Amino acid sequence: MADNGVITDDGVDTSRRKFLTTATVATGVVGTAFVLVPFIQSWKPSERARALGAPTELDLTKLEPGQMTIVTWRKQQIYVVKRTPEMVASLATDEARLKDPKSEKSEQPEYAKNEQRSVRPDVLVLIGVCTHLGCLPKSRFEPGTADMGTDWPGGFFCPCHGSKFDLAGRVFEGSPASVNLRVPPYSFEQDSKLVVGVDASEKGAA
Amino acid sequence: MRTHSRALAVVVMLSAALAGAPSWAADEPGAEAGHGGHGGGGWQSWRAENEVSNRASLQRGARNFMAYCQGCHSLKYVRYSRLGEDLGIPQEQLDQFLLPPGAKPADYILTTMPYADAETWFGKAPPDLSLIARSRGVDYVYQFLKTFYADPAKPTGVNNLRLEGTAMPHVLSELQGVQQAVFKTVETHGEGGQAQSARVFEKFEPLVPGRLSEAEYDAFVRDTVNFLDYVGEPTQLKRKALGIWVVLFLGVFTWLAYLLKKEYWKDVH
Amino acid sequence: MAQPASKVGTPNSGVAVAPKKGLRAWFQKRLPVDEFVEDQLTGYYAPKNFNFWYYFGVLSLVVLVLQLVTGIFLTMFYKVGEATAFDSVEFIMREVEWGWLIRYLHSTGASAFFVVVYLHMFRALLYGSYKAPRELLWLFGMAIYLALMAEAFMGYVLPWGNMSFWGAQVIVNLFGTIPAIGPGLVEWIRGDYGIADATLNRFFALHVVAIPLALLLLVTLHLVALRRVGSSNPDGIEIKEKLAANGKPVDGIPFHPYYTLKDLVGVGVFFILFSIIVFFVPTLGGLFLEAPNFEPANPLSTPEHIAPVWYFTPYYAILRAVPDQQLGALLMFASVALFLFLPWLDRSPVKSMRYRGWMSRTALAVFTVSFIVLMYLGLQPAEGLYVLLARIFTVLYFAFFLLMPIYTRIERVKPVPERVTYHAHA
Repeated sequence: MADNGVITDDGVDTSRRKFLTTATVATGVVGTAFVLVPFIQSWKPSERARALGAPTELDLTKLEPGQMTIVTWRKQQIYVVKRTPEMVASLATDEARLKDPKSEKSEQPEYAKNEQRSVRPDVLVLIGVCTHLGCLPKSRFEPGTADMGTDWPGGFFCPCHGSKFDLAGRVFEGSPASVNLRVPPYSFEQDSKLVVGVDASEKGAA
Repeated sequence: MRTHSRALAVVVMLSAALAGAPSWAADEPGAEAGHGGHGGGGWQSWRAENEVSNRASLQRGARNFMAYCQGCHSLKYVRYSRLGEDLGIPQEQLDQFLLPPGAKPADYILTTMPYADAETWFGKAPPDLSLIARSRGVDYVYQFLKTFYADPAKPTGVNNLRLEGTAMPHVLSELQGVQQAVFKTVETHGEGGQAQSARVFEKFEPLVPGRLSEAEYDAFVRDTVNFLDYVGEPTQLKRKALGIWVVLFLGVFTWLAYLLKKEYWKDVH
Repeated sequence: MAQPASKVGTPNSGVAVAPKKGLRAWFQKRLPVDEFVEDQLTGYYAPKNFNFWYYFGVLSLVVLVLQLVTGIFLTMFYKVGEATAFDSVEFIMREVEWGWLIRYLHSTGASAFFVVVYLHMFRALLYGSYKAPRELLWLFGMAIYLALMAEAFMGYVLPWGNMSFWGAQVIVNLFGTIPAIGPGLVEWIRGDYGIADATLNRFFALHVVAIPLALLLLVTLHLVALRRVGSSNPDGIEIKEKLAANGKPVDGIPFHPYYTLKDLVGVGVFFILFSIIVFFVPTLGGLFLEAPNFEPANPLSTPEHIAPVWYFTPYYAILRAVPDQQLGALLMFASVALFLFLPWLDRSPVKSMRYRGWMSRTALAVFTVSFIVLMYLGLQPAEGLYVLLARIFTVLYFAFFLLMPIYTRIERVKPVPERVTYHAHA
């Protein structure tokens, strides 16, 4: 239609042009989406990251009652505490002072959604990262100390902003944190070996 | 018609006889000439002809490698668990046949031979084999494993046609046996036209039999080479499978684009 | 021809109309969007007789984008350093999701870049695209070519395979042949007394940042210059010399939609061929990924044949053809530099080979054959008959350039047509 005598678009089949344009563009968009997939997927943790994130094992026979040890799993500190019967008993008494005693808002596997937040009452496994802003909470298992107060049942104290958690990692009212400490997947092998990173149901998967 | 088919039969039989002629000289019938069963003359044209898609072969090759090679050679870019996934080996069999004691599935396949000691013993540390199929080629490895021969002048007692003066002992001698290389002297002309004599390989002669027959050893080597081919590039099967879809899709797109182009170019005179 | 009113604002109308509202209007108020579309796409008229040889400019752009994107992603996983580089490439190939694909796209892309660029340059030789007023366009193109060669060379060193190391050794040593400053220059380039970690690290910085930036600048200048002088065409006549009533060339058609669509098909075909290589033969028998480079760099063990990647081998053959190292290096640099002088060596009154005499055509044919033969010879060991052949074809290569002022002037040329030769596309 430009009058340089070249282009004539009388008799242009606009519907055919529209159809072909749509078809080509649609195929092109689909193709582009396919092309994006490898690039986006490449950011997923590599096989090396997944291998290093493999389950961590801990021999529980070395852990004394009332003692805590720390292992690493997926680049995070995991707190493992051998709770004494008194520590377990104290969990029932402080329900009223907790923000989420039934662990409804926090992150834990199904088998840790009980009062002790663990598979076995005598072994507590927590991800040692404060749910407020990510500092490492300190253990304060001694009840009723001077700095924690006479009604302190024992638990964890985060030095950064003062959040307090009980001996099952449940957060106290008055803490800046609003969610209980997280529990990772874990299971036991022959009672004396703790395996962090593997649920009992996925046993056998490397 | 009948005379034609009889003539044809004679021709076929003669050809078969001629093709199989070298087998008269050796013990074991049936090994194909192309894979260099007998004699060994023309070993440079032996081809591995392995198929990476043959999973059973790869599994056997993996087992062969762990049994005979891993003592000295590492595959430091390969994880046991990855082998298990790619080759379809269940965890228990991985543990039983492939994992050395103390190794975890996610570990890389290393060797316990200390580098420094290896250099003292062999003069050269046994190289990592993760990429040998890519840097030298499968045919090279195939030929290497099949052309060891007895050589009393060497500290290991053997030499190799593919890699003259190799420091590697013939670790597979219990399987292949030991063969002797027969050389002949050949007159050639050097540069400048003067007569020279050169020592040229003629054929192998069996010296000590191994546990495997010639065909069985050939299959053993092929499986192992096949495994090393896979190890060199574990994603190669996935790559080829995906490629077909990519090319097809691009074909559809290009055809649509072409139709669109032609439609608009009707305007141009 | 009359302009039907209903066609106003369509791609063919040549009239820009600003929409009153919407996102486009918002941008148009703040950025010259419509002017850009009008100037560069719908209102830019390119010759209507483009043929096969005219795809390779767009394809060069496509491959540039491909290399930039895949290169950025490789840099996310590659670990520079002589202790880690080789391992990190294998990490990408085996343990990064889809890493193998990103790597092969980049390695195939590097070779594809040169295929496309060589064909693009050949078009210029065929149709006189470097002649006035396009000399600067040609020079920018040559600058891109030189930058590309540097980029490819340095990129090849990064995997730190054995060919990476020894290729770097040989090429960097070439600079030592420069009189007086040579040896000092070589040490300065290397940053050490041999090819070492320092060399690898600086090549990484240049390959990932500096040269890509330079390439982007040069490509922009190349395109701006093209826009100024307009594209050449297979008949070698200047379409801007005959304008229609609307001020546009009579032999031109709007770039959009005609060439955007035609180029789209070309891009599709290119990607089909490209994908066949990436997915089925990524090493291309050792041409695109050389076998010795699957062994880590070993300063104590030279590969049997040190050969650069195929796109450098014509110049490598010329280098080895001369028995004297200094003279060979000089001749090699000259063989690349001569391209720069083409606009002034070529004295022909016509641009396109279609209308030149038998001398120019023969010379170009001989040159093309020489380039290809030299490319093959550069991949072979320099022994026996190959040495003699390399010498013969080096002479022929240089003759193309050095005799050009003579044969382009004395030959009889054919009359050039008034209008472009065009046959309607089926």
